[in-house]
Amino acid sequence: MSSVTKTADPVDGTTTAKVEIRAVHKRFGALHVLRGIDLDVRAGEVTVVLGPSGSGKSTLLRTINHLEKVDSGTVGVDGVLVGYRRSGNKLYELREREILRQRTRIGFVFQNFHLFPHLTVLENIVEAPVSALKRPRKEAEAAARKLLERVGLADKAEAYPKQLSGGQQQRVAIARALALEPSLLLFDEPTSALDPELVGEVLDVIKDLAASGTTMIVVTHEIGFAREVADTVVFMDEGRIVEQGSPAEVLDSPRHERTRAFLSKVL
Amino acid sequence: MSLTSDPPATEAVTKDPGADASVPALVVVPVRHPWRWVAVAATAVLLVQFVHGLVTNPGWEWDVFAAFFTTETILHAVWVTLQLTFYGTALGFAIGIVLAFMRLSASPFLRSVAFGYIWAFRSIPLIVQLLFWFNLAYLYKELSIGIPFGPSFLSFDTMGLVGEMGAAVLGLALHQAAYAAEIVRGGVLAVDEGQLEAAASLGIPKLRQVRRIVLPQAMRSILPNAANEIISLFKGTSIVSVMAIGELFYQVQVVYGRNGRVVPLLMVATAWYVLLTTALSVVQHYVERHYAKGSVR
Repeated sequence: MSSVTKTADPVDGTTTAKVEIRAVHKRFGALHVLRGIDLDVRAGEVTVVLGPSGSGKSTLLRTINHLEKVDSGTVGVDGVLVGYRRSGNKLYELREREILRQRTRIGFVFQNFHLFPHLTVLENIVEAPVSALKRPRKEAEAAARKLLERVGLADKAEAYPKQLSGGQQQRVAIARALALEPSLLLFDEPTSALDPELVGEVLDVIKDLAASGTTMIVVTHEIGFAREVADTVVFMDEGRIVEQGSPAEVLDSPRHERTRAFLSKVL
Repeated sequence: MSLTSDPPATEAVTKDPGADASVPALVVVPVRHPWRWVAVAATAVLLVQFVHGLVTNPGWEWDVFAAFFTTETILHAVWVTLQLTFYGTALGFAIGIVLAFMRLSASPFLRSVAFGYIWAFRSIPLIVQLLFWFNLAYLYKELSIGIPFGPSFLSFDTMGLVGEMGAAVLGLALHQAAYAAEIVRGGVLAVDEGQLEAAASLGIPKLRQVRRIVLPQAMRSILPNAANEIISLFKGTSIVSVMAIGELFYQVQVVYGRNGRVVPLLMVATAWYVLLTTALSVVQHYVERHYAKGSVR
């Protein structure tokens, strides 16, 4: 899909990679969660991040749309710094309004869906296009109904989230993220809160998106999904990227002992 | 009167005898509650005695009650009480919402000021606060608008501007604001953090996040407490009688001071308080139902 090669620093604005993460560190008090992460994600590719709990994979994902502020290092999306503006050697923090603006380009799907419980499915999906992108409501609703059809929930537009199963809620959450037509989608363990028999329906929607060429970063424990869909698999442990490569490389012939140990437990 | 749910013995549950012929059909005998019946009888006797007393005791003077219940003086006093409640609540919650968001703000200064306000106004008895406001003109004869610590452009005579009614509303509202702030803050804190993250990740503008996502959900836990506060303020307006404002309780005192019919006139006030509190409870029910949209309980 892409023969894009690794590129310059996002800080210089000359990048051609979709997401560029450089030397990112993050601490929560005494806990050093991210210890120098460098990662490139190319446009149109699916990157799956694996790792034990506490390895920092969710935190890393959350830094990409600035839900989590980094302590040092930079995150760039589409050649633009996330959360900061560079002038000379200084990084100026962006105003909240500008950060919110940046986030409309990046879709985020949460482990626990976080649908708005007091709004119907349709209202959940049109809220951001109408309020953040100033789309006319009629137009946004028509687009929302198309998205619901795409995730197989055309008949649930008027339902409230609590009337839906977990799998259905997560599919609505994906539709809600897609409603902003983001150029990048981030999934934070999208199937971890689901009953086993509902995992398939959500993964099918994500696979469908992958096939349509959307750039995605997926944090998950679904090794089968990684093998089938990922262009790149990243394995993290204790705040560092241990190894990365094609699914065949990382999943079938891991080079590091830590990766082998992890895979032997989850496979 | 069937406070117990003991089913008649003839309808005792039997296990399906057809299920297994080798197992004899078993009859379940419900447990009996003789003491419950004793308690029911004793309570009923007391209740009947109470109602009997209300009807037969001439001291209640129901004719006097009926004569005064809807006289113009009383109706006007009810109206004043309602006004005090309405303005006190509206102003109190408006200030309370501002204080709540100050306490939730990232600025330590704003947080401390709001905390200090709430601390002070919850610590001082309402009646003391009201008397302070009533004597405001003693401290500040004039109120003026201008540059802080500099020249002033407009000046008002304090008592002419605030007035008795104004002083009462101000006193009730500023007191109410301290409690309203904590109720609103509690409601906002009860909203799942994930909701804020989801709204932020969708790039929804900050003010819209508050209005569309946070407050409607916070309302569910704010409402029962807010209704309590409004009802307690409604009855609390009777304290304003110390300032000789013609609200319900003050007016009733004036009337029985003249005619000496203390008990029936207290019953007039009581009946109005009960009636209007009931109306507020009904309104509360419907407002809560509105905000329960999409909820399973």
